[in-house]
Amino acid sequence: MKVSFKWLQEYVDIDITPEELADRLTNAGVTVEYIEYLNKGITGVVVGEVLEAVKHPNAEKLSLCQVTTDGDNHFQVVCGAPNVRTGQKIPFALVGAELPGGLKIEKAKLRGTESQGMICSAQELGIKDEGLTADQKEGILDLDPAAPLGVDIIEYLRLDDCVLEFDLTPNRSDCLSVINIAREVAALLGKQVKFPEIKFSEIDKKIEDLAQVEIKDSNLCRRYVAKVVEGVQIKPSPQWLKHKLICAGMRPINNVVDITNYVLMEMGQPLHAFDYNYLSAGKIIVRKAEKGEKITTLDENERELKEDILLITDPQKAVGIAGVMGGLNSEVTQETTTVLIESAYFNPNSIRKTSTNLGLRSEASLRFEKGINIETVVDAANRTAQLLAELADGKVLKGIIDNYPNPIERTIIKLELTKVNEVLGTNIEDQQIKEILSSLNIDIIEEIGSVITVEIPPYRPDITIAEDLVEEVARLSGYDKIPTTLPFGASSKGQKTLEQKLRDKIIDTIAARGLTEVINFSFINKTNFDKLLLSPEDMRRQAIPVLNPLSEEQGYMRTTLFPGLLETLRRNINRRSENLGIFELGKIYLPQGFPEKSILPLEKWILGIALRGELASNWQDKTQPVDFYYLKGIVENLLEQLKITDILFKPCQDSPLYHPGRSAYVYVSGEILGIIGEIHPQVTDNYDLPARNYAAELDVEVLLKLGHGPIKFKQLPKYPAVHRDLALVVKEEITSSQLMEVIRTQGGDLLSDVTIFDLYKGNQIALDYKSLAFALTFQAEDRTLTDKEINDIHEKIQKALAEKFQASLRS
Amino acid sequence: MKEQLEKIKLEAKKALDHAKNIEELNDLKVKYLGKKGELTQVLRGMGQLSAEERPIIGQLANEVRDELNAILEEQMKLIKKAEQKQKLNLETIDITLPGKSFSRGTKHPLTQVIEEAKQIFMGLGFQIAEGPEIETDYYNFEALNLPKDHPARDMQDTFYITPEVVLRTHTSPVQVRSMEKLNPEVPVKIICPGKVYRKDDDATHSPMFHQIEGLVIDHGIRMSDLKGVLLVFAQQMFGSDRKIRFRPSYFPFTEPSAEVDVSCGICSGNGCKSCSYTGWLEILGSGMVHPNVLKYGGYDPTKVTGFAFGMGVERIAMLKYGITDMRLLFENDIRFLQQF
Ligand SMILES: [Zn+2]
Repeated sequence: MKVSFKWLQEYVDIDITPEELADRLTNAGVTVEYIEYLNKGITGVVVGEVLEAVKHPNAEKLSLCQVTTDGDNHFQVVCGAPNVRTGQKIPFALVGAELPGGLKIEKAKLRGTESQGMICSAQELGIKDEGLTADQKEGILDLDPAAPLGVDIIEYLRLDDCVLEFDLTPNRSDCLSVINIAREVAALLGKQVKFPEIKFSEIDKKIEDLAQVEIKDSNLCRRYVAKVVEGVQIKPSPQWLKHKLICAGMRPINNVVDITNYVLMEMGQPLHAFDYNYLSAGKIIVRKAEKGEKITTLDENERELKEDILLITDPQKAVGIAGVMGGLNSEVTQETTTVLIESAYFNPNSIRKTSTNLGLRSEASLRFEKGINIETVVDAANRTAQLLAELADGKVLKGIIDNYPNPIERTIIKLELTKVNEVLGTNIEDQQIKEILSSLNIDIIEEIGSVITVEIPPYRPDITIAEDLVEEVARLSGYDKIPTTLPFGASSKGQKTLEQKLRDKIIDTIAARGLTEVINFSFINKTNFDKLLLSPEDMRRQAIPVLNPLSEEQGYMRTTLFPGLLETLRRNINRRSENLGIFELGKIYLPQGFPEKSILPLEKWILGIALRGELASNWQDKTQPVDFYYLKGIVENLLEQLKITDILFKPCQDSPLYHPGRSAYVYVSGEILGIIGEIHPQVTDNYDLPARNYAAELDVEVLLKLGHGPIKFKQLPKYPAVHRDLALVVKEEITSSQLMEVIRTQGGDLLSDVTIFDLYKGNQIALDYKSLAFALTFQAEDRTLTDKEINDIHEKIQKALAEKFQASLRS
Repeated sequence: MKEQLEKIKLEAKKALDHAKNIEELNDLKVKYLGKKGELTQVLRGMGQLSAEERPIIGQLANEVRDELNAILEEQMKLIKKAEQKQKLNLETIDITLPGKSFSRGTKHPLTQVIEEAKQIFMGLGFQIAEGPEIETDYYNFEALNLPKDHPARDMQDTFYITPEVVLRTHTSPVQVRSMEKLNPEVPVKIICPGKVYRKDDDATHSPMFHQIEGLVIDHGIRMSDLKGVLLVFAQQMFGSDRKIRFRPSYFPFTEPSAEVDVSCGICSGNGCKSCSYTGWLEILGSGMVHPNVLKYGGYDPTKVTGFAFGMGVERIAMLKYGITDMRLLFENDIRFLQQF
């Protein structure tokens, strides 16, 4: 909503600057976003007339003009605009004038001819394009032939004004009316609103003899008012009216259209003017569209209408879509002489649906869909008639048609005065509360003790409950009057749930391993499923689609963190970061019977990790590429941190995402925690990543179920530990965990720890064989172990390994 | 013999003084003080002395031995010290060479801001609540006083999953979910951080972003309490010199409603480019819980009141760290993330 400051001043005394007013309104919740001053630095420009415009003798594109500003004196001016012509009224910059941007007009010689001044274009005067016709934008500004000669252009074009641009919240659409803004200003400044006087004379001819209105759906059309005006002269509007519309961001068209727009802006009531001669039998019927019914609207589009759309029709045809746009067949044109003014109240929801449906938003529909003041419908029709009489030589027919089948009652609210301070924590006196309400025309109709009953003015449909009144008092007395306190009452403990603590711990632990946390979008492109080589049956393809995504890129809710992680790797490689360790703790979204069997899909927290490139290197350490074991170490470290001990890694050969020989299922207490491994080279290729990349996806729920137990201190060992090494040679296919399992079983309680400290393959041992070296630690809690005890166990282990795996000692 | 002893003493002293290293000292020890050393040799001849002379020479010999031993020990210490000094000198390294490099992991700036907010509110007695991101129309709109035809639904461009299921457009649905779980218990004091979604994509909007919702319900909760809690938050998050300002606003689920600004930290509220010369930066929306929302949550609005607030985490992070383009927060450029 944009309003000329001077226009606003016509309805209320404003004795503060526009800036101060903007602050006051903003602090009261009617936000002024911007103040635009119209005079961008013009002096010495007056209304002139082109007495003669001829071709410049020495230049094809220039005209030689004689301009006068008083009818006597002539100025010779060279003008380059194509639209300059004899008899035209124009803004004329005299020698010595200044234009926006600091341009000074001096005497000049152009192609050998003296030029004493300049004929200005709108752009040169700093006037915005809005409100200009196409040819006004092109050349010099063509003024109204009636413009008075010699008058300062600032005065004539009303450039000594500024425009307040409002950013209204949806509840304050009452302020889509200059008078209602004036009401707000009056309440803030303690003034009275000066309403325009609606007064005009009517001819003897009665409206009833010419027109009729029938409302067929009184739920969608609550009130329909018509007024008829004859003998209308279509012509341009006077400058003062044009100016107000231009300030409001509307383009002046002709006096009739401009008057309806003017009243729309002034009173917030949308109006429509029909050319009466095109209304069959002078009868308006308000009804819903029939199946397949079509109408060509003012914008010359033919539209097929849905059945629930409300139409304005005559007995033969549709003449407008109610509240949204008029029909082309009954439009006011240069030939129009009799107009029927429509001023109505349409159901807000119905208008909203229709305008959304048709993709048509207009100043009218905007107001109807927020709900207008049903009590000003008649006033607005009369105001329009008045202006048609004043500005278009109209003759107003006697009487008015007011079809208002079920009058709407005003809202009544009870307010316990103490509630105001109870809710706000303030100390506002009862008297002040009542004064604030009355400044907003909220009338107290009953007062019993501290309970008042008030009646809400019809232009404030947003006020429906006592809390709304509390807000009115708060915003008028100022939100800065609300003190700062802390809640008293029972104390409460601030805490996270176990799961929240676990998730925080996971992030801390992984970040402590040097990985960088990333956050990817929850939506992905469906093409990822092919890039990830998922089989047609893979559950991850059952991703939940977004009905109205911004793009295909964001069409589906992710079922795996892989796409985001891999795209993040790709993006960083493009930016020359090639050594990457990233992780994301985020949700995946699985249908799990949604939408048929469950109300909502399953949202599952997943830890995703992706690694590639080399470990941090420096002058001491050689660069070392990350590998499977680096990733595995990170996962093992996490599990250790979460006190999870029952862990098993099993080869994973059936996941399409991973290298079949370099990936593993991670089991925790027999449950699958997830998969870790090298990303399948084909997948890597599909994401355009250089080789080798590693990733893991782990189920946070499993960690929550099994991890995070209480920490319990264990006594430090009192008796010495004995270390023994065991270097074995075994067939290549025997895994370390197979050997480890046997060592642990045979070692029993006295074997307190086993680690692997070497793996060797090469010419010192046979092909297809490998050597693995274990470091064994023996320790008892209650005694010092003897050599014999240790030797016995060691031998037992060796024997078992030899039997089971044909493991031999490496000599 | 006396002269002999004196002579040994003089000689030994001289030799010890000139010894250059431990070996030489050890040799001298053997030479003079050892079992076959010169002093021992002399003492062996004691037998030939008279009974009167024997104790005198004996005492003298002991004195010489003690003196030489003392000198020897002293020299030993000095030389050891010198040798160690030399050894340490040889071991000198270039301490200006860089240290071993560890890659420093980082938590995403949004995670860090959320964590900080959680800590602040936990200190004020808030619990951390959560709710689904794919949410029913009921919780996302209807139970928040936004029925199907409500014009304010236009304020939020919604992603739909089905006509009745949406990607939550704010964290506010957790308000009603928490109330349903807790009623009629008071006080309710929760915050809910999480992802939210709106159909918007430019330098200041992302289709996915994060919010932190707050809700307090109790007997006699006032708007001034909301101001107090948010002042504590703003001062802990941005600095103790910050002020906050309430401006009237509109949200369907609060009444009265307020937009909350924090004083600009760059210009200390005097006005600068960052705050569009207003001295204030908008950080969150808030208000007193609308009676209809309390009813939806199972609380009696005539008995309890409450306040709620919702803030954009990206906005807080951008203000806190001086980030100018929201998209940076979701591009996951390592060079960006490593700065936090
Ligand atoms: Zn500033």
